[in-house]
Amino acid sequence: MRAAVIQFPGSNCDRDMAVAIRDITGAETTLVWHGAGELPDGLDLIAIPGGFSYGDYLRSGAMAARSPVMQAVIKAAERGVPVLGVCNGFQILTEAGLLPGALMRNAGIRFVCRTVGLTVENDRSVFTSGYSVGEQIRIPVAHHDGNYFADSDTLDRLEGEGRVAFRYAENVNGSARNIAGVLSAAGNVLGMMPHPERMTEAVHGGLDGRRLFEGLLRQIA
Amino acid sequence: MKTRIFVTLKNGVLDPQGKAIHHAIEGLGFSGVHDVRAGRLIEIEHESGVSKADLETMCTKLLANMVIENFEIEQA
Repeated sequence: MRAAVIQFPGSNCDRDMAVAIRDITGAETTLVWHGAGELPDGLDLIAIPGGFSYGDYLRSGAMAARSPVMQAVIKAAERGVPVLGVCNGFQILTEAGLLPGALMRNAGIRFVCRTVGLTVENDRSVFTSGYSVGEQIRIPVAHHDGNYFADSDTLDRLEGEGRVAFRYAENVNGSARNIAGVLSAAGNVLGMMPHPERMTEAVHGGLDGRRLFEGLLRQIA
Repeated sequence: MKTRIFVTLKNGVLDPQGKAIHHAIEGLGFSGVHDVRAGRLIEIEHESGVSKADLETMCTKLLANMVIENFEIEQA
């Protein structure tokens, strides 16, 4: 298995993501700088990590979504390569048009940084096969712009097509219909605000994030 | 030439920043303010050859997120 983690100026979860992927899946994991015009060959997984790419200038994820490497990520996603965007990565994927909707400022204005309960809504995707529908898991969030917005037709479509991957057990940021993570129509792109890479070792206080990477390994390998 | 681009949230999209600003205005003792919505002003200095169509494309491709925002172009 081969994986790439994209680094933008201001990414800060890139190393944690690379360590989680490498340790859990054994993938040969490469960090790829945002200016790169091409990705390594034969990738089985692309991860867009959390952080504050380009200082959140203009809108969270807006500048990163237009960087050279994202053109290559979009092409790879269209070929079916699994793309995982966490936190700022989710914001970047919506800004790049790979996922519908937008992440707006948290309804309560405050930065929210704590472990939250999530309900698993989809256990059939390449990312979520390690879980069971209806299961409650605990994963940390840390964001200021996690308030998921989409018009009601889009929300109905996402729900109807089983593309809501996770919902917040308790709405921490104002997200429409408590949505914490969404899948692309083809199912190979997942964006989520919670950080699975921060719940992968006992010392993190839980292993619920680890199962996402274990599920990926089973699906890909 | 200078062009001013106003980016605002679409009607119906909740604006928590505007709400907080509204709250702060009331906290300063001003009354009679019904609603506050916050947006962004972007000033672009450019040559006269940059067309309105180019400016609109800049808006739709980058300056505004059309899922949640509208834009207005004001040329001097």
